[in-house]
Amino acid sequence: MTYSQSVTSGATESGAEPVLSVRSLRKAYNVGRPTEKLAIGDVSFDVAKGEFVCVVGPSGAGKTTMLRCLSGLLPPTTGEVRFEGRKLQAVPDRLSVVFQDYSRSLFPWLTVNRNVAVPLKVAGVAKKEREARIQEVLHAVGLGDVGKSYPWQLSGGMQQRVAIARALAHQPDMLLMDEPFASVDAQTRFDLEDLILRVRHELDITVVLVTHDIDEAVYLADRVVVLTGAPSTVAEIVDVPLDRPRNQLSTRSSQTFGQLRSHLMRLVTSH
Amino acid sequence: MTMADLPGATTTTTEPSADGRTASPDVPSVADASVAAATTPSQQFSARSGRRAVSSLRRTVTSVWRLWFFAVILVCWWFLSADSTNTFFPPLKNILTQLWDLWVLGDARSQLWSSLEHFAVGYVIAGVGGVLIGALLWKFHRVGDAVSPVLYFIYVIPTAALLPAIMAIMGIGASMQITIIVLAAIWPTLLNTLDGMRGTDPIKIDTARAMHLSSTRTVWTVVLPGAMPQIMAGLRHSLQIGVIMMVVSELVASESGIGFFILEAQQRFAITDMWTGIIVLALIGSLLTFLFILIERVVLAWYLGARAVEQKG
Repeated sequence: MTYSQSVTSGATESGAEPVLSVRSLRKAYNVGRPTEKLAIGDVSFDVAKGEFVCVVGPSGAGKTTMLRCLSGLLPPTTGEVRFEGRKLQAVPDRLSVVFQDYSRSLFPWLTVNRNVAVPLKVAGVAKKEREARIQEVLHAVGLGDVGKSYPWQLSGGMQQRVAIARALAHQPDMLLMDEPFASVDAQTRFDLEDLILRVRHELDITVVLVTHDIDEAVYLADRVVVLTGAPSTVAEIVDVPLDRPRNQLSTRSSQTFGQLRSHLMRLVTSH
Repeated sequence: MTMADLPGATTTTTEPSADGRTASPDVPSVADASVAAATTPSQQFSARSGRRAVSSLRRTVTSVWRLWFFAVILVCWWFLSADSTNTFFPPLKNILTQLWDLWVLGDARSQLWSSLEHFAVGYVIAGVGGVLIGALLWKFHRVGDAVSPVLYFIYVIPTAALLPAIMAIMGIGASMQITIIVLAAIWPTLLNTLDGMRGTDPIKIDTARAMHLSSTRTVWTVVLPGAMPQIMAGLRHSLQIGVIMMVVSELVASESGIGFFILEAQQRFAITDMWTGIIVLALIGSLLTFLFILIERVVLAWYLGARAVEQKG
């Protein structure tokens, strides 16, 4: 049981159907009541296969609402989200979500192994294969011998690695992440950013990551979707022509990085 | 008005913390996140076993220390009552001798078994029923909203006030006694289950949905374990109420059981016998609570461990 078959399937074919397609997405809460509030005004963008897209916006821009709509956890008021060509009704099988707060998304009553096993059990993977897959995926996120520990026995960074491992366990095509590195310290944050870049490269999966951190978005992404404040619309979609593999030191100190960073900063603060 | 507001819904933050001190040293191996992060598994292991030896010694000292006041009381009782001629306060020595003769050598034990049998049946029905009904009210919350006021209405009636009615309907006997235990003991478990399940973290529900858990699997994997600290608090409260109602039902109308024994001894002025019954009852209550704590430590090991980590910061 390896990921090799998906790795060989290779680079993005240009002109192919996007993995994720967002069309005129609009989300209002409390529709028809005096407290009606428009969180997302009008958002459209595509994500190609294998692409790394970051969504940034000022605080209160409805980023979490956005992620919940993209994942199928929340139905849009109007507009549509298509994943691999099909309109979202629920969370699709081939999509995994990583939430910001690992301490709330991991199950503290289950060991690390059992946490990672949950989506595999749902998928009906047999016990023996399940155990192999758990080992493999924990190894992939750089966790060694912690399977029998409980999540709360681990450091924050390790817990988020467990959450990522769990999301990767059933080999999704796309990973959707909601500010996944916001609750860890700066050094761990860099480690996890590099981890997710490596995992994405090795497993050849598509990643959409929502964040408020502009530096992080530029460092990780192929393209950055910049949202305006609520009700959100797309301010601009910015290409990130930085070389890969990226490096915390050299990439972040390059001139292009600095230019992109200030450009995005202006976009985010002007709205 | 929701069920969550009811006074009977013992919350996790208050109830288990009552025994927080006894519970946390039980999970020393898991308490230190910084150790877990900074050392290799083998280092952690040796650190754990070393610390375990130290903490088990400390625990022994602590539990001996906690009993000193109890010992002082017993000694005082023993000597102060030694020459007592007061009918109502016989010498402790006589009580203990009588206790041995009646409850260990004699046939008063059968009274005890009869009581415990009713208690066990009643408590199991109350516990299982409480969790089940609580879970159903949570699952079908629309029905729950309509049922809540009725439940609240029944809940506020002291079960003792229902005794005459229950006796009239069911007569005197085991089924009446079990009914009384169930009716009184079901509430803390039921309300705590409902409250605990309602308090499920929405992020965990989202996580379950994102992983495509069926609703049955969501209940078993996410909602029930998450509500477990509160359910256990409810079950513990139910246990205490169950013991009380076991005795009450025997005092009111019964021809067997430890409550009957105490009442009957008092009526025939066998005050020493009466005291032995009361002491046995205290021992039974303590033993049941002790057993419950043991089970709770196993069932809630994750919760106690996680809380110990949290408190360390």
